[in-house]
Amino acid sequence: MDLLGLFDATLLGSLPRFATPILLAALGGLLCERAGVFNIGLEGLMLAGAFGAVVGSYFGGGALAGVGVAVLAGLALAALLALFAVTLRGNEIVIGIAINLLASGLTVYLLRSIFGVKGAFQDPAVVGLPIHRLPGVEALPFLGPLLSGHSSIVYLALAATAAIQLLLFRHVIGLRLRGVGEHAEAAMTLGVGVDRLRYGAILASGALCGLAGAQLSLGNVTLFVENMSAGRGWIAVVAVMFGRAHPLGVLGACLLFGFTESLGFRLQGLMLPSQLTESLPYMVTLASLFVFRARASRG
Amino acid sequence: MRPWRTALAGLEGPLVAVGGAVAAGALFMVATGHDPLAAYGAMITGALGGRGLGNLLATLLRAAPIVGMGLAAAVAFRAGFFNLGGEGQLVLGGLAGAVVALALPGGGLLTALLATLAALLAGGLWALAAAFFEIRFRVPLLVSTLLMNYPARLFASYLVNHPLRDVGSGLPQTERIAGGVELARLGAGGRLHLGVLVVAATVLAAAFVVRRTRVGYRMRMAGLNARFARAGGVDLDRLGYGVMFSSGALAGLVGAVQVLGVHHRFIDGSLTDPLWAWTGLMVALLCGSRPLGVLVAGLFFAAVQTGGFGMERATEVPRELSRVLQALIILFVAAQARFGFGGGEREGTG
Repeated sequence: MDLLGLFDATLLGSLPRFATPILLAALGGLLCERAGVFNIGLEGLMLAGAFGAVVGSYFGGGALAGVGVAVLAGLALAALLALFAVTLRGNEIVIGIAINLLASGLTVYLLRSIFGVKGAFQDPAVVGLPIHRLPGVEALPFLGPLLSGHSSIVYLALAATAAIQLLLFRHVIGLRLRGVGEHAEAAMTLGVGVDRLRYGAILASGALCGLAGAQLSLGNVTLFVENMSAGRGWIAVVAVMFGRAHPLGVLGACLLFGFTESLGFRLQGLMLPSQLTESLPYMVTLASLFVFRARASRG
Repeated sequence: MRPWRTALAGLEGPLVAVGGAVAAGALFMVATGHDPLAAYGAMITGALGGRGLGNLLATLLRAAPIVGMGLAAAVAFRAGFFNLGGEGQLVLGGLAGAVVALALPGGGLLTALLATLAALLAGGLWALAAAFFEIRFRVPLLVSTLLMNYPARLFASYLVNHPLRDVGSGLPQTERIAGGVELARLGAGGRLHLGVLVVAATVLAAAFVVRRTRVGYRMRMAGLNARFARAGGVDLDRLGYGVMFSSGALAGLVGAVQVLGVHHRFIDGSLTDPLWAWTGLMVALLCGSRPLGVLVAGLFFAAVQTGGFGMERATEVPRELSRVLQALIILFVAAQARFGFGGGEREGTG
């Protein structure tokens, strides 16, 4: 098999599409991590977003309404998470698990209540996200398929990475957020509203996961499938660890995980059994945890 | 009187959680245009009533894998190990059981025993790998066990779609195992099988180990406070290996019980689609990971699920409401800080 032949336009073009949902969710996880909240509900928030996107697009008559409802769905579930984790001070791991299962149950319940179907919902009335072709860039070799021909959410995710980088390290809110994460009591004695910042971080993760879900159900495909997040929220949790809760590090981790997903997708085109290619991203993510711990113990 | 009172004190939290979830579920049904009273009524009949106690038997049958997976989760949680990999361990157990049952000539009780043993080993070793990664390489168990579910599921799916496929049936499943290897039915014509008793006996054995033995004491101590346990001379690494292997082996056992007792072959998705592992995990969280509590909470969640089927038949409410209710119960459980994983915080995970 010609290995270099694998790196064709299909592979390059699918990389941003696969990396974006993980990146958006991981940015949300990063904000929570910096605020001292271990958010393992990303998977559920993303799933809620994916479902909300299809509902919004179907009833609101367009992709924009879809994105709006996706963000609202992510926010609503994140508000519930924040209520139980911050205000009621419950165990964040148990709450994260409960949020994931709640999202999975609710989307299936609503799928049947609203659309009367099981498994998957696909309809011409569900409008997908429009694709932007960048004039000039489009024709370039390698860079063309990589950078051009994606939905707005893909470009938004890159902008969000830069914005969060600036917020964390160049803005007073970021300073306070990091302070809350590193030593909540010290931050509190300095008059920082710990709970408010944690609410903010969790709600932001809800909105970001909502966008991630919209990219899944209106960008990569135009339909909703039960549990279509398929572990991507967990991969995002690992990306936060692997990228050491640093926006650029997380971006790198998400590009790596997105790449393995597009590589798996590409290999499937070569008649390899889909079950084997589909397990590639999980294996690479698992392997990255070894590197993460090795680095963490060194530095 | 005292033991009775402590038992009640332990129930207070879960009861509040169930009450809260029932109320939230009612609001939710009103919001989606359903009558909550009719739905809950149909749910209770659906779980316990029916002609000739048929629904109650269905609940019992459903309770076997739920209680089994609840026990698998509880064993790990009780000692403070976040095993979220029940699903993968269950699937590999079921797969190994089916493969051994099909591969061994003859059949009969010996084959059934060997198939079950293979299932225990497969589930146990998959969980043991995650324990090894955490103890040797400090890979967080919580995430590794979760991620390991996917390759396990996909691997099993690959095998039954390709090399092990029963081509004649046209479905992604293995061939049917020999009749002699199947678990015996309890009573003529019924669907209840020996596996239900196996699971119940396992729960009793686990309860004995946790409450009365030295290993059980170490588990409880490590779950409440790992540093204290270490200071008290508990070898946490050894405990971790033992606990994770047992947890995975119990999940594997459930896989064997379902394959040998219910499906009589390995069918793609048959162990993952009903969400046995995740329901079991919620059961463990609801009862604070106490083995006898698993029995009660597992029967309760099984009743909620069979009740959901009855509700769907009698009213317009989709049965997936059961899943919403279960998740809400766990959310309310989490709000009560003293519940959670074995009641204590464990340092260094996540």
